[in-house]
Amino acid sequence: MAASPSELLPPQPPVAKGPEFAGNLPQRYSADRLFQVAAWGATAIAIAVLGWLLFDVLSQGLGRLSWQFLTSFPSRRPENAGIVGALAGTFWVMIIVAVVAFPVGVGAGLYLEEFATDRWFTRLIEINISNLAGVPSIIYGLLGLAAFVRLLEPITGGRTVLAGALTLALLVLPIIIVATREALRAVPEGMRLAGLAIGGSRWQVVWDHVLPAALSGILTGVILALSRAIGETAPLITIGALTFVPFTPGCTENFPYFNPADLLRCPVNVVQSPFTVMPIQIFNWVSRPQKAFHENAAAAIIVLMVMLVLMNSVAIILRNRFRQKG
Amino acid sequence: MTAEFLSPPQTPSQWQPNRRRSRRVEALVRAICLMFAAISILTTVGIVLTLVFETFDFFADPFFRQALWLNQLPDLLPDASEAQLLALSDQIEAVDPTKLFDQTAAIGVEPPSIVAGFFYGLKRFLTDNRWTPLFQSASFGVFVLISATLMTTTIAMAVAVPLGLLIAVALSEYAAPQLRQVLKPVLELLAGVPSVVFGYFALLTVTPFLQRLIPPLQGFNALSAGLILGVSIIPLVASLSEDAINAVPQDLRDGAFAMGATKREVIQAVVIPAALSGIVASIILALSRAIGETMIVSLAAGQNPQPIDGNLGFINPLIPVMTMTAFIVQVSLGDAPHGSLAYKTIFAVGTVLFLMTLTLNIVSYWFVRRFREKYE
Repeated sequence: MAASPSELLPPQPPVAKGPEFAGNLPQRYSADRLFQVAAWGATAIAIAVLGWLLFDVLSQGLGRLSWQFLTSFPSRRPENAGIVGALAGTFWVMIIVAVVAFPVGVGAGLYLEEFATDRWFTRLIEINISNLAGVPSIIYGLLGLAAFVRLLEPITGGRTVLAGALTLALLVLPIIIVATREALRAVPEGMRLAGLAIGGSRWQVVWDHVLPAALSGILTGVILALSRAIGETAPLITIGALTFVPFTPGCTENFPYFNPADLLRCPVNVVQSPFTVMPIQIFNWVSRPQKAFHENAAAAIIVLMVMLVLMNSVAIILRNRFRQKG
Repeated sequence: MTAEFLSPPQTPSQWQPNRRRSRRVEALVRAICLMFAAISILTTVGIVLTLVFETFDFFADPFFRQALWLNQLPDLLPDASEAQLLALSDQIEAVDPTKLFDQTAAIGVEPPSIVAGFFYGLKRFLTDNRWTPLFQSASFGVFVLISATLMTTTIAMAVAVPLGLLIAVALSEYAAPQLRQVLKPVLELLAGVPSVVFGYFALLTVTPFLQRLIPPLQGFNALSAGLILGVSIIPLVASLSEDAINAVPQDLRDGAFAMGATKREVIQAVVIPAALSGIVASIILALSRAIGETMIVSLAAGQNPQPIDGNLGFINPLIPVMTMTAFIVQVSLGDAPHGSLAYKTIFAVGTVLFLMTLTLNIVSYWFVRRFREKYE
C-alpha cells in the first residue's frame, strides 16, 4: 500500500459551487446521444439489410412463381425450369433426418439427464457437443463423403438421399440433444419423485410422465434443428448431391411425384436415389450467367423462405404452449 | 399396464407387478440411450479419423515422390549432361506417378524414399506460393487459400463486431420491452436466412450496387462476400453478447449511476467490461463461423486463387479470390474421382480448416473459464 492517489496528485482547487461542478455535462450528454444514435443506427442497418434482401428476392422472384414453376423439372431453358425435383429431394431428406435424428438426439438427451451416473462421461459428452457445434458444416460433408458415401456404400448406395440425410442428421444432432436436455431440466423434480414413490421404475416415470411433460419443448428443438438442416448446402455439395435432377426419389412416376407411401412401398428406391435439394438448386441457378436463371433462383428462395417461416411459426407456437405449461 | 387394474386381483401373486420385466426393459432402454449418446463422440472420432487418414494419404501420394525425384536428379547424377538430365526427366514425367515406382529399375536412378516424398509434400503444401492442384504443373501452397479466407473473415468481422455489439447494447440497455419483443424475432429471422440466400444477395445485388461506388470492383470479389458474410454473423454476435450483458447485475449499473455517470459512461466503463468474457466468446465463435462459411464465399468471392507474390493480388479485396471452403466446393462439384490427387486435396484443406476452428473453440473455452466474472 503506497501513497493514496490524492497524495500523488498535485493539489486540486477547492470544488466550487456552481456550474463547474456539472463536470462538463453538456459534452458528456452529447456523447451519450451520439452513442445512443450509434446503437440504434446499427440496429437500423441490420434491419435495413434484411429488408433490402427480402425486397430484392420478392421483386425478382414473385413474377416467376407459378404452378408451372412448382411442378416442373429443371430445364436448360429457364422459362420451362421448375423445382419439383428439389422440393421432393428436400422433403425426403428432411423426413429421413427427422426419423434418424429425433430418436437418437432425444435418447442421448435422456441418457445425459435421466440415466447417467458417471459424471466423467457426461462431462466428456458435454465438451464434445459444444465442440461439434463449432465445427464448420462443410467438414461434416467431408465426414459424410468418407463414411456414408464410401465406407457404407453397400447400405447407402453412394451419393444418395440416405447418405445426405445421415450427414445432415449428424450435423443437427447437437441442437436436438441440447434442446432435449433443457426441456427435461424444466420438468419439476417433484414429478419424478412422485412417480418413483408410488413404485414406478426410473424408465416408467420418464416414459409416462417426464417425457410427455417435456415433449413440446423437445419438438421445438427438433423443428429448429430441421429448419437449420433445410437450408444447409455445403455438406450436401461435398457428398455429391446432383445439381440437375430430372426425376424424383421413389416410385411415383406421375404428378405429384412425391408420395410419402413410397417409403413403405419402395424404400430402397427412395433412400438409394440420387437427389438434389432446394438450396443446391438455388446455388446452381445463381451460379449460371443468364439473368432468367437468377429470377428462378429468387423464386426458389421465396419457396424455401416460406417453408422456413412456416417451420419457425410452428416452433414458436409449441414454445409458447410449453411456457404456459411450465 | 391398465389391464392389470381393470380386473380385480384374485390372488396376491397376480397383483404383483412384473418387476423383473420392467427392470429388463429399463436396462435395455438405458443401453440404447447410452449408445445414442456415444454417437456424438463417434462423430468427433469419425471427423478426426477421416481427416487424419485422408490427409496422410494426400501427402503420401506418389505425385510428391515423383516431383521430389525430378527435383533431386541434378544432385543424384552430378556428372550427367544437361541433355541427359532432360531426357531422364521426360522419361520420369511420362509415366503416371501411381505406376512410376514399379518401373524404377528401367530408369536406373534410385528414387527418394516414401517418407522423403511425404515430407516434401508437406513442405510444398506450406511453402508454395501458388495453388494450382488441378493443373499439369501442380502447386499446393495452402496459404493462398488461407489468405483469401483471412481476407473475407477480416472484412466480415469489421462489419459484425461493431454492429453486433451496438445492437446488443441497444437491445439490452436502450430498448423498451415491447420494442425488444419486436426486434428479437427480426434478428432471429436474419439468423435463419440460409447462407445460399446471402450468397445470392452478395453476388447479384450487393456487388452490382458496390460497382457503382467502386468502379474497379470485379464481378466476383472478396469485398461484397466479406460484407454479407459479416451481416450473416451479426445475429450471432448480437444475441450472445446480449446474453452476456443481461447477466451483469443491475446493482453494478445502479452503483455507477449513483456516482453521477451518464448512461454511455455506465455502459462503456462498467457494463461492457463486466460482460467482456461473454462478449469475447461470442466474437470468437463468430470468427470461427466466418472461417468455415461456405456458400457466400464460393458464390460471391470467386474461384481464382491469387498467388502470394509482389503483385499483392492475395490481399486485394476487389478481385476474385478462392477461400478454403470455395476450393472444397469447386472440387466437389467437379466430381473428382476417388483416389485422384484433387479428391485427396480437399481433405488436406479440410484439415487446415478444422484445425483453425478447433483452435478458436479451445481459445474461447479457455478464455471464458479464465476471465468469467461470477455474480451472485
